[in-house]
Amino acid sequence: MNDTIEILKENLGQALWDTFTMVGIATLVGVAFGTALAILLFLTQHQLFTPNRIVNEVVGFVVNAIRSMPFLILLVVLIPLIQLMIGDPYTPTGGAIALSVAAIPFFARVAESAFQEVDDGLIEAAISTGAPVRQIIFDAVFPQALPAFIRGIVLTVISLLGYSAMVGTIGAGGIGDLAIQYGYNRYETGVLVAVVLLLIVVVQLIQWIGDRIALKVTH
Amino acid sequence: MADIITLDDVSVVFESDGRPVEAVSHATVHVEEGEIFGIVGFSGAGKSTLVRTINLLERPTSGHVIIDGRDVTALRGAALRELRSGIGFVFQSFNLIDNVTVAQNIAFALKAAHVPKARRRARIEELLRLVGLEEKIDSYPSQLSGGQKQRVSIARALANHPRILLCDEATSALDLETTEEILALLKRINAELGVTIVFITHQFDVAKAIFDHVAVMEHGVIVEQGTTFDVFGSPRHETTRALVERYLGVAIPKQLVPQLPSGRLIELRYKDEGAFEPLISDVSRRFEVSINVLHGNVGYFGTQAIGTLVVLVSARQEGQRGAFVVQAAIDELTSRVADARELSVALNDDIGASVDAIFADDADGVDGTDTSAHTAGAHHGNAHKEVLA
Repeated sequence: MNDTIEILKENLGQALWDTFTMVGIATLVGVAFGTALAILLFLTQHQLFTPNRIVNEVVGFVVNAIRSMPFLILLVVLIPLIQLMIGDPYTPTGGAIALSVAAIPFFARVAESAFQEVDDGLIEAAISTGAPVRQIIFDAVFPQALPAFIRGIVLTVISLLGYSAMVGTIGAGGIGDLAIQYGYNRYETGVLVAVVLLLIVVVQLIQWIGDRIALKVTH
Repeated sequence: MADIITLDDVSVVFESDGRPVEAVSHATVHVEEGEIFGIVGFSGAGKSTLVRTINLLERPTSGHVIIDGRDVTALRGAALRELRSGIGFVFQSFNLIDNVTVAQNIAFALKAAHVPKARRRARIEELLRLVGLEEKIDSYPSQLSGGQKQRVSIARALANHPRILLCDEATSALDLETTEEILALLKRINAELGVTIVFITHQFDVAKAIFDHVAVMEHGVIVEQGTTFDVFGSPRHETTRALVERYLGVAIPKQLVPQLPSGRLIELRYKDEGAFEPLISDVSRRFEVSINVLHGNVGYFGTQAIGTLVVLVSARQEGQRGAFVVQAAIDELTSRVADARELSVALNDDIGASVDAIFADDADGVDGTDTSAHTAGAHHGNAHKEVLA
């Protein structure tokens, strides 16, 4: 018991910080690039905009290809690439890169479906004002899709939190790393339990905050 | 007056399951500046598709869209956007952005027309005053009633001083009272701002209340068009008849049928100053027939009236001579009204079987006018035949 507290005292702060930065960076990258991809998919698929089957299918295929890989396998596949980029892949930065690669196509589909929920009539009305595509997307489609978009971010953050534990298994840090190294390898069940409880609390908190925000932007 | 909109031989072909489907087929329409032009027809007739070609929301497969004398059919990019900002569009389902305020919804249209931010608020206030919703400027659409939402969408459509306003079933999602309010508002916009309105609807009440000219559509084809009064006063096409029937149509309670004297049932339709009472009494005196008035109805088209009267013409004497006199009386009646037809029911023989097709099914037809007209219209639409072409 004392050991457990000792281990947590010494490592938990750093582990939490690592997880936080990895998930944070991956979420930011995933939302930014994922949204861009989602807009591309949406515009090339939608009859009222610029339907382009070839672009849509090529982009869609790449997105699906990355998404079809289990994260652990994606991670292994990415290790040489990350090594090339930053030298040592077994760091929080390396983990953040791997998580970002997973986050982009994941969020692209989430955001695309949020956009697709927007009624065609609303888009027709926006087009009828003579607005350019950029304005229609950002001032009409986006505000209308905002609640679904925010719920999509929450979903992404929680998924990334889960993935970040796998990044831990290859030694890139974070609370997953903590749980594996001490809880599993050194039979410190207390650490394992503490990490599990912590994850439950964090996920609940993220969901609660996300729901509150989504509700606030729904009118 | 000059045409502000001309649709010249416009066709729109969709691809459906690999097969071409012609939603609009060779439609030619002339809309005069400053009028309210209506397109009516049952749902699926291609009205929405046709009206969408005017601002090129739907691009014609063939034919030309001419606005203000300029062929705009091939416009793209900035020129197309500029055209659209000068044409307002009001939808059945309002199509407001739910998660932004009324002001922001209208600001969207202003931004599209490059109105500087500083000038938007004043214009929004002005527009909301016009539609009577000043106090809702910072409300969200979900806080508004259907009628209020439609007012906002009208304000949005008028934001950039359009000369044309397109309304796609703009009142079809609203209750009767709200419909009247919205129609009054549109009429006012038409009269005060001189905005030309193209309005499509399947609601006859709406059509006869506000349209100057009307086109009737069916299966993508315009089957009839002209002034509202002429088209609805003497409908030539089946679809027009069916639409008019639903509104003016007759219904006679079934219970009444066995009590009727034998004779022939004629529906007379007269327009405007058709002097009716003298006609009935005059004919019955001159032809030795009895004329029972079973049903009467007057519909107003703007200031003009269209009346419908169902009469039972029966001979005062039996036999060959009687039948001849009845025919002569019917000929006379027919020649003196705008339109007439015989309702195909043989009152003196097999009543029960043939009557269902034309008479109201239940007692709600007793008042003989409004409610019954709607239920009965569909039934007897096929049952009658014309006396005279």
